[in-house]
Amino acid sequence: MAEAARPTFRPAHTGFTDTIATVVVWLIAIIVTGVFVWLLSDIIWHGIGQVSWRFLTEAPRNAGRAGGIGPIIVSTLLILAVCIAVAMPLGVGTAVLLAEFTSSDNLFGRLVRRSLDVLAGVPSIVFGLFGNAFFCVYLGMGFSILSGGLTLACMTLPILIRSTEEGFRAVPDEYRLGAAALGMSRTSSLIHLLLPAAAPGLLVGMVLGMGRSIAETAALIFTSGYVDRMPQSLHDSGRSLSIHIFDLSMNVAGGDANAYASALVLIVILLIVNSVASWTSDRWLHKRIIS
Amino acid sequence: MSRSRSDIFLIWALRCCAAIAGAIVLLIGAFLVIESMPALQHVGITRFFTDASWHPSADASQGTFNLAPMLWGTLLAMSGSVLLATPLGIGSAVFCHYYAPSSIAKFYRRLIELLAGIPSVVYGFWGLVVLVPLIRQLQPPGPSLLAGIIILTIMILPTVALMADAALTNVPAQYLRGAAALGLSRWGTIRGVVFPAAKSGIITGVILQTGRAIGETMAILMVCGNVVQTPSRIFDPIRTLTANIALEMAYAGGDHRSALFVSGLILLALIVVLVSAAEVHSKGRIYG
Amino acid sequence: MKLTPIKMAIVSLLIMGTIGACSKSDSSEKKLVLTGSSTVAPLAVEIGKRFESLHPGVRVNVQTGGSSRGIADTRSGLADIGMASRSLKDSEKGLQAFAIARDGICIILHKANIVSTLSDEQVVAIYTGAIKNWKHVGGPDAPITVVNKAEGRATLELFLHYFAIKNTDIHPDVVIGDNEQGIKTVAGNPDAIGYVSIGTAEYDETHGIPIKLLPVNGVAATLENLSNGSFPLSRPLNLLTKTTPTGLAKEFIEFARSKQVHDIVKEQYFVPLAK
Repeated sequence: MAEAARPTFRPAHTGFTDTIATVVVWLIAIIVTGVFVWLLSDIIWHGIGQVSWRFLTEAPRNAGRAGGIGPIIVSTLLILAVCIAVAMPLGVGTAVLLAEFTSSDNLFGRLVRRSLDVLAGVPSIVFGLFGNAFFCVYLGMGFSILSGGLTLACMTLPILIRSTEEGFRAVPDEYRLGAAALGMSRTSSLIHLLLPAAAPGLLVGMVLGMGRSIAETAALIFTSGYVDRMPQSLHDSGRSLSIHIFDLSMNVAGGDANAYASALVLIVILLIVNSVASWTSDRWLHKRIIS
Repeated sequence: MSRSRSDIFLIWALRCCAAIAGAIVLLIGAFLVIESMPALQHVGITRFFTDASWHPSADASQGTFNLAPMLWGTLLAMSGSVLLATPLGIGSAVFCHYYAPSSIAKFYRRLIELLAGIPSVVYGFWGLVVLVPLIRQLQPPGPSLLAGIIILTIMILPTVALMADAALTNVPAQYLRGAAALGLSRWGTIRGVVFPAAKSGIITGVILQTGRAIGETMAILMVCGNVVQTPSRIFDPIRTLTANIALEMAYAGGDHRSALFVSGLILLALIVVLVSAAEVHSKGRIYG
Repeated sequence: MKLTPIKMAIVSLLIMGTIGACSKSDSSEKKLVLTGSSTVAPLAVEIGKRFESLHPGVRVNVQTGGSSRGIADTRSGLADIGMASRSLKDSEKGLQAFAIARDGICIILHKANIVSTLSDEQVVAIYTGAIKNWKHVGGPDAPITVVNKAEGRATLELFLHYFAIKNTDIHPDVVIGDNEQGIKTVAGNPDAIGYVSIGTAEYDETHGIPIKLLPVNGVAATLENLSNGSFPLSRPLNLLTKTTPTGLAKEFIEFARSKQVHDIVKEQYFVPLAK
């Protein structure tokens, strides 16, 4: 995430309320960090012993109690890739329309916004049932990575669109006016000015969306399925890491150790994906604004 | 403003995107209505709120289908967690921007981003083995509305924190310089300048997290006890509408299955009400 | 990378289009789809793997989701073979059922609970709310936390049937879904009573989870008593087909019922059928 301009405050007028506010804000940060460090260390403590190169590459054996999670990592990444490939263009397109080309009292824009707000609140299990009925059965994709990815794309759209839209709204109007004054078409001002400037919002949306989709269980169990074999195409059924964790912790006696290890791997993958996204966006932002 | 050909093409392409994105919810709504039709016809709408209990396994004539306690469960868990997570999330974002040294802020942001991606199963698992036994020592049985609220708070906090963080990033720097020039204190600036400027983004975050709080399934299922009853205390076990679907869908047939889709339909209606309320309240200017 | 929004939109439409177009084209390799009970699924996965290794070119895809779904999918033809963790009900008799293993259900308590046996009447009294405190059955003075299964689960149906109680008479303090959730709930609460699959419970008990298995009607809850037929609370794990199985499905079901998979059945803590 981009660092904001940080003002320097002169503590000249530090009154009682200010002291209280400072204490409260620090307290909040400490509580939140505390809870999360507790949770993370619990996962690391129980999971780190299981993780090895063999665990990362081997196929699961004995219902996941033994063996590794190689095929499951591949399936997870493929599902994520399908999800991003579909949700990104759709999401960015919609956000651009809502933020740049639609006035706030436009009926179409308002309808789309409201339906997205509702979509954001649809329970993941309902997405799962819908994905099963629509993608798997109606469109005939069966239990497949494709069905899973598309279901997740539907699910992550609201988050992606909302924060991208916020990103566009944050771009000062001078940019648009300046571009218009220079006679740039709206298309090129969008590409050369607005998109780079809105990148931080887009990035937040992507991180949140990917976080939600990589962590999703209920929507995937009915769409991408339960098969823990190495997938050979997008039409194959593939078990995602979160389903694997759910199955190991809730359905397989003695699966806890590998469930912890899988959770750890999931978090590390997420960390890597987030870092890459943030690095790319920084570079992109730099290059566009300089050129 | 004159429009080039590429502009016109662009606008239509974008409209297609928006139409697809907006149509998804209609598809889902239609799907839910079709699937819940049998139950609505055989059982009738009123029985979902007036029946003695929730025992839908038998067919429509013998089973009982009262969803009201679960609706209360959902609403209570949602409002509790939103009330807790909103100040914590906004506080976290404010901390990152105006209080923490930049190295700590960076670390803190990374932490929050990570949390957004921890599977709900993991939160639920942690809640089940750590949190629930703790609450049980306080007041048995342990799995309770309170456990649900705490877990939900932890789960939705990253969303509201990241959205608020993005909103604060977008507060124009000259506002802050102006405030500094006026000699406003740190908290005075935040309250008087930053919050009003970032309101739209923060509210968006709150709406999104409310949606997530309503829709969360797996973690809630693991820590709430899932007993169908209207809770009278915060230590009572509850079942939410989502947990109801997740628990029973795989094992349901006939009218029972259809009644579960009615749960889904009620959830959807709940969200429509919420979204409309938000719009009426702000007279459609939330995003403006 | 210059992905303009226009290109993005086109790409996304193309993706949608291709998906629609190629979704119907299916590969020609031999595929066997199993769906149903989450109890049977891990077992079926392992049997499927061995079956694949003996029959190159065959893929066995196992999907989980519950006995009712197994039955529904078998009827609709979505699945070649369904999986159910119970006997078929009268309304489901049209399907063919093939038992591949047995599973039992036992009552579990926390290890710290001094109660070591409960009569059937006491279990009924606890679950119907007539007894609410452990001191009435020889335990400590503590309120009983009753753990029940969610509506529709095969385990619940078997439990209700054996103890002849109606689910509407049970006043649970916790309702759970899968076996492991039940075990974790009881392991985290010294005053809880629950019932789960024997295999799961026995595995967890021997691996240091603080639970204990109570005898039912005087018969100790062990896999041994389950396999010699003396344990009263048991259920078959079934494979289902719509009609008399033929071809690959027939081969698979025969394989799953043969001695060749007994070690797998035991590994998953179920009891193989004596043959």
